[in-house]
Amino acid sequence: MANVKIIIDGQKITVPNNISILEAAKKLDIEIPALCYDPNLDVVAACRLCVVEIEGSNKLETSCSTRVRDGMVIHTKSDLVVKTRKDILQLLLDSHPNDCLTCQKAGDCYLQKYAYEYGLKFRDHSGSMRPQLLDTSSPYILKDNAKCILCGKCVRTCSQVSDRMVLSFSERGYSTKIIADFDQTLEESSCVSCNRCVTVCPVGALVDKRAMGKIRAWDGASKVIKCKSCQYGCEFEIKSKGTVNVAVVAKPPANGRPLCLKGRLTTELLYVDKPEAPYRKINGQFIETNWTKMLGIEDILERIDKINAEKEREGKE
Amino acid sequence: MGCRKVLTLERLQQIRKEHRPILEARVGEAGNADINEDGSIVLNGDYYKKQVRIALKNCGIINPLMIEDYIAVDGYSALANILFNKSSGEIIDDMMASNLRGRGGAGFPTGRKWNEAFKYDADQKFMICNADEGDPGAFMDRSILENDPHSVLEGMAIGGYAVGADKGFIYVRAEYPIAVKRLRTAIEQAKELGILGNNILGTGFSFDIELRLGSGAFVCGEGTALIESIEGKRGMPRTKIHRTAHKGLWQKPTIINNVETYANVPVIFQKGVDWFRSIGTEKSPGTKVFSLVGKVQNAGLVEVPMGTPLREIVYDIGGGVQDGKGFKAVQTGGPSGGCIPAHLIDTPVDFESLGKIGSIMGSGGMVVMDEDTCMVDVARFFLEFTVDESCGKCVPCREGTKRMLEILERIVSGHGEDGDIELMEDLSETISKASLCGLGQTASNPVVTTIKYFRDEYEAHINEKKCPSGSCRPLIKYFITEACIGCTRCAKSCPVDSCITGKVKERHVINQDVCIKCGTCYEVCPVKPVKAVVKG
Ligand SMILES: Cc1cc2nc3c(=O)[nH]c(=O)nc-3n(C[C@H](O)[C@H](O)[C@H](O)COP(=O)(O)O)c2cc1C
Ligand code: SF4
Ligand code: SF4
Ligand code: SF4
Repeated sequence: MANVKIIIDGQKITVPNNISILEAAKKLDIEIPALCYDPNLDVVAACRLCVVEIEGSNKLETSCSTRVRDGMVIHTKSDLVVKTRKDILQLLLDSHPNDCLTCQKAGDCYLQKYAYEYGLKFRDHSGSMRPQLLDTSSPYILKDNAKCILCGKCVRTCSQVSDRMVLSFSERGYSTKIIADFDQTLEESSCVSCNRCVTVCPVGALVDKRAMGKIRAWDGASKVIKCKSCQYGCEFEIKSKGTVNVAVVAKPPANGRPLCLKGRLTTELLYVDKPEAPYRKINGQFIETNWTKMLGIEDILERIDKINAEKEREGKE
Repeated sequence: MGCRKVLTLERLQQIRKEHRPILEARVGEAGNADINEDGSIVLNGDYYKKQVRIALKNCGIINPLMIEDYIAVDGYSALANILFNKSSGEIIDDMMASNLRGRGGAGFPTGRKWNEAFKYDADQKFMICNADEGDPGAFMDRSILENDPHSVLEGMAIGGYAVGADKGFIYVRAEYPIAVKRLRTAIEQAKELGILGNNILGTGFSFDIELRLGSGAFVCGEGTALIESIEGKRGMPRTKIHRTAHKGLWQKPTIINNVETYANVPVIFQKGVDWFRSIGTEKSPGTKVFSLVGKVQNAGLVEVPMGTPLREIVYDIGGGVQDGKGFKAVQTGGPSGGCIPAHLIDTPVDFESLGKIGSIMGSGGMVVMDEDTCMVDVARFFLEFTVDESCGKCVPCREGTKRMLEILERIVSGHGEDGDIELMEDLSETISKASLCGLGQTASNPVVTTIKYFRDEYEAHINEKKCPSGSCRPLIKYFITEACIGCTRCAKSCPVDSCITGKVKERHVINQDVCIKCGTCYEVCPVKPVKAVVKG
């Protein structure tokens, strides 16, 4: 691997030649805004927010998809770059419902963060908005297409686990939307509620329903723990208010970790003070169930009970 | 092993010799073409005399269902000659020297593209022919595919030999059933004869071609979206982390060229690089096929040397504007091209000159507009097409073109506001600079060029709520002047009850509140020389 010398915003740096401008900038603590980029997913360069100017080229290039080349002189905050980013963000805001006040994602939303950083506001207009398509069918995930910015991260993360591949793009142009299987609800679809999609969604289009109304990004504290259900050891965040643990939410999967519902619920049961009832999907329907059934430990508990009973009997004799 | 005879060079030459007189006799009988001294056969008549046909040279002359006809006009002689006498490297050198530039839109030098794939080591490489022709009103590629399919097959095979590919795909619109059928027949015949398939002419070079039918989405004509589509995925353009010539179809080196580009290739190798470069301009050698449509007398396919002034195409070949009306503009480059106003009609048609005035060559669409055409509405019309066809992947194109269309729709319906023009200019900069693929990058060309050359029309719509060409219905009004003779025809023909009132032999009046602006009154008014009904 050869190294190349480049200059980003006036700072010189030597980096390996197989990384992107965005990755190189990170090494200099220069943050480039991006909504569709995720180091764990394929690069698609769809949101175009990460554009930068490269000297000698009269075009803008997306820094997520452009590799560094020796001698590159890059500007990540030129007037043109900033103007373009503002326009892109404003276009996204123009289609986005003005609901930050009560949105579960507030405080943790990238659209909100960048709008704040670039000084943009919602504005009134007489043009179209995305249709309200709220999927409330799942007890685990709320899917709100009106808030979706179509970054496609959910589609990419879901398809990384080969037996899932639930989500995809449908229709085109302004009508483009994310659908589950054949445009079904999450309940009817083959979604296994692993919440991978929820962890990568940059906005409030996919949120964890079991945390809704309980806690938001800035409320209370959070602690990261590793799931003990299987050897992958996926990470979860225990969200707490004061001394009370109120929710467990999945952290983005990395290093080939799959995430699963069972692990998340097990963690919930172990840590959350008042866990809500679990739901199982049976024949495309969510049915409220009990923890023993949900975690599939009926026979184990039965066996333990039996052993304990026997021991007790032996003790008495 | 089959028992079929192996095709040899001698056999190929023999077919030509045997079949040539048959073709010449047929041409003589039909009388639609002349046979020149150099052996070339060209369609006769003024319309064709003024053209220089390379890509279309066999169209209308040979029978596309007979491979022998193609061979009789020296078809497959270039491929045969190359396989025996030239190395891959030499072909690449010749292609680069010819400076043939892609005819599918961007004008990228074909030789340079081939060279990239040639140099890139891989166990498998592919040739793709882009026959997705999605521009509304364009039919250059369809014509070639339907009338001269073998020229495309031969061009692809030559490319395959040059870059080291043994497999080709033709991605053709399913809406072109005749082209599909004729391509199928052509491929079958070529394989049957042995000019495609394994070990062609015993030289050890193998090349096979398959058809893939496109689903009809315009954006699937974009090279990387087309590749996704062949791979069975949703046709969305890919971000260009790698060149297609290095990692394309199934991550293998892939060449994508347009139908017309391929059709040029065999001729270049038949007649030589110098001959090719003697036609057209220094930077854009050769010819280009245009589909000349709109308000022009002689609409049709026109192939002329690059650098031919627009005026010659519109007037000398196209016969000027229909019905003696005034010429207003010509739009080149398909839905994302620019509108060129009358005062620039002497612009030579080549990649650079068109680019300089804000338009593009595109795939060769050419729409002539007369004085009755509203340029704001033209911009709205073209943008509506791109908005519908945007794949929805990237933000500037998906959201930005939609907003721009909404503004244009407001303007043509009489609700334009101060600042709309500036807003669109601003937005179009972001859309063209930040969009992922060519569709978004060029989507605002019709808007930008009409604002640039016809700003007064925008201003009239916005400030005075008037459409100067009288074509935006919500902005026009019909009045009856003092010239009215009270014949009552208009009142009788008006489809709206109690819209036009008046007594016999007295001046009639139109009730503006209920008038639907259908224009019937204007049509039927018999007063001469100036009608009593006026449009304002
Ligand atoms: C939206 C869009 C649509 C396109 N459609 C076509 C098409 O229908 N046919 C075509 O040959 N090229 C089309 N192109 C251009 C191709 O991307 C590509 O440049 C071309 O096929 C390369 O061949 P060439 O170098 O021979 O022109 C399109 C490009 C864009 C951005
Ligand atoms: S929860 Fe998991 S399976 Fe369901 S859509 Fe999201 S990523 Fe796919
Ligand atoms: S739901 Fe979220 S992750 Fe999926 S495309 Fe929309 S914004 Fe992106
Ligand atoms: S520019 Fe338009 S068509 Fe091209 S990728 Fe973006 S959204 Fe799709």
